[in-house]
Amino acid sequence: MNILELQNLKKYYATQKAVDDISLFVPEGSIFGLLGPNGAGKTTLLRMITGIFYPDSGGILFEGRKFDPIKDIPRIGYMPEERGLYKKMKIGEQALYLAMLKGMKRQEAMKRIKEWFVKFEMQSWWNKKVDDLSKGMSQKLQFVITVLHEPRLLILDEPFSGLDPVNSNLIKDEIYKLSQKGTTIIFSTHRMEQVEEICEHIVLVNKGKKVLDGSVKQVKADFKENIFSVGFDDLPVPFDNDVFKIVGTRDHALTVKINDGHSPADVLQQFLSKKSSIISFNEILPSLNDIFIKIVGESSVARKFETV
Amino acid sequence: MDKIWLVIRREYLTRVRNKTFILSTILLPLFFIGFIAASAYFSIKSVELQKIAVDDNNGIFKNSFQSDKVITYEFPTGVTPDNFKDKGYSAYLYIPRHYDSPLDSISLLSSKQLGVDAEDKIRDQINAAIRNKAFLENNINKTVLDSINQIDEEKLYKFSTVIKQGDKTQQSNSGLSSAIGYGSGILIYMTLFIYGAAVMRGVMEEKTSRIAEVIISSVRPFQLMAGKIIGIAAVGITQLLIWIILIIGLSSIASSWISHDMVQHAQNMSTSIGPAAGNSAAATFINTKNTFVQAAPWGIIIPCFLFYFIGGYLFYASLFAAVGSVVNEDPQEAQSLMLPITMPIILSFVIMTTAAGKPDAPIAVWGSLIPLSSPIVMMARIPSGSVPAWQIAVSMVSLVAGFVLTTWLAAKIYRTGILLYGKKVTFKEMGKWLFRKS
Repeated sequence: MNILELQNLKKYYATQKAVDDISLFVPEGSIFGLLGPNGAGKTTLLRMITGIFYPDSGGILFEGRKFDPIKDIPRIGYMPEERGLYKKMKIGEQALYLAMLKGMKRQEAMKRIKEWFVKFEMQSWWNKKVDDLSKGMSQKLQFVITVLHEPRLLILDEPFSGLDPVNSNLIKDEIYKLSQKGTTIIFSTHRMEQVEEICEHIVLVNKGKKVLDGSVKQVKADFKENIFSVGFDDLPVPFDNDVFKIVGTRDHALTVKINDGHSPADVLQQFLSKKSSIISFNEILPSLNDIFIKIVGESSVARKFETV
Repeated sequence: MDKIWLVIRREYLTRVRNKTFILSTILLPLFFIGFIAASAYFSIKSVELQKIAVDDNNGIFKNSFQSDKVITYEFPTGVTPDNFKDKGYSAYLYIPRHYDSPLDSISLLSSKQLGVDAEDKIRDQINAAIRNKAFLENNINKTVLDSINQIDEEKLYKFSTVIKQGDKTQQSNSGLSSAIGYGSGILIYMTLFIYGAAVMRGVMEEKTSRIAEVIISSVRPFQLMAGKIIGIAAVGITQLLIWIILIIGLSSIASSWISHDMVQHAQNMSTSIGPAAGNSAAATFINTKNTFVQAAPWGIIIPCFLFYFIGGYLFYASLFAAVGSVVNEDPQEAQSLMLPITMPIILSFVIMTTAAGKPDAPIAVWGSLIPLSSPIVMMARIPSGSVPAWQIAVSMVSLVAGFVLTTWLAAKIYRTGILLYGKKVTFKEMGKWLFRKS
């Protein structure tokens, strides 16, 4: 079951095709990564999913039905990349106000805010103003406000930017806990190492189009370049062969690229026939970062303005 | 819907609990009343008794000049322009023998300004003396002349203007009604700017602090904009009500204190001059108070004021919100974008100054029908009581239609502008947003 399905979604601005015919689905309960360079159209896409923008054409299905912003918004939590809070408003009141805007009842909202404030050790903040908080603190507050109403679908746009490692982990743990409770999470970011760690499924968009879609494992497998690392007690003397090429050398290991038509077993055979003292043999898969750079880097880095 | 209610509630409460609001709401009327009371008090207390030495070389003035409670005229000998001060006179009036010769002039010498009032009085005395002389020379005998001069027109008859429209009549007082018109016009003019700017700043705050996107993922942009406008309107009405209550309360305290003081002061004077003059001051004061209450159509003024106060605000507030939504951090940008909004408001103010004096001038009539200027201009005309009912009806209907239109247009600009960062928006682009569907 997919909690969210986008069908041929389009949104054009005066000078740009911000989202140009994107279709994708987000399985219920998954942690989903929406990747893309700056200006790829991620934010526009998310704004359509959260009902802020209407698509020019195409359809959005939420929980199998046509997405109706007014009805479905209480089931979605959205933390935009541009974080914002009322600077002069007291923190407790602000959390309560934003929770009630999401449709929560006063008592219920109050109870949940208190729980979260205890969990994040924020009790002493209640009567403070956002002005008094550091960037990391307000980030935590923003996260609490986003998840207060226990949304079924949680959309986080660059959730860790500006957080130190301790608070990053704190929030990461909460994200995992929410995921275990069945919340579907969409992550929008261009920080690949986080995606690799957290996401199960990714979509890469570039210039308003979807360029990659699949599970993290699958994507990495698709982009592997048959590169292996072979570890030795003593580095063997390089020798010519048509099975592999040596692309790198470290103190006790060689990085090799297997030529087309050969298997890893062929590589091992080559070394064994030379009586090399092999102690390890493993495949080097490309990191998402490499894949990202490979795909996005091929196109020009900056998006040009165009007429639509 | 209850979400718009939440927005209204927040806008209202955060503003009303603000220290600046509390201070300005309480201090302004205190300041206002204090100012009026102080100036009234000093204008009574600061009357200086003047003793003027008259050097009458002609001789006709000596018998005609009459001292009053403030100015005493004396005709001493041996007082010169050099020593009048030492002899206890505040001024020296030199009248040459041929005062009517173009080569000579009557001159008043004093060590400091006597004030406009005193100078006027002295000239009145001189004019009266010349006039009396002319009467006497033309065979009008002195008793007749004296009895003519004793006529006090104020006491002889009462004058009242009545406006009659159909079978309705209304007491009228042009001076008073133009003052009320002017006052309410200025009040609406100020509130348009004060609360309009408050709406704009509120929208800018939401945009620059980036909370707009968080909120717009829970409520429609229109709900957020309308909630802010209504919330601030409620703040404005609260402030107005507090002001009215405070001003009425304080001024009744102040006026009882002043009128008591005035009566006493007048009575002190009357012992030396004459009983009639003393009581008349107090009587005039009470009289003015009565005409103020009776001579203006308050039954129409108050409801109309509330209508134009709210209607004018709603008409302009959404436009201010639209401007707030398109500017970025740069306040200078706001200035230039505000110009198309502030121009009609300032223009209405200019028309209003005409309308308060001449309520039926064509420009006043037109200005009071067009919703851009009607809130300010119509309020200047209504106190005169001469505005036909159909004009009020047309003006009100067009104002309501006007604010529905501006809100609709502003909502379209607001919806796009509030989420657009870092880009300077031109009027041309805003025009495009108006004609784009969602």
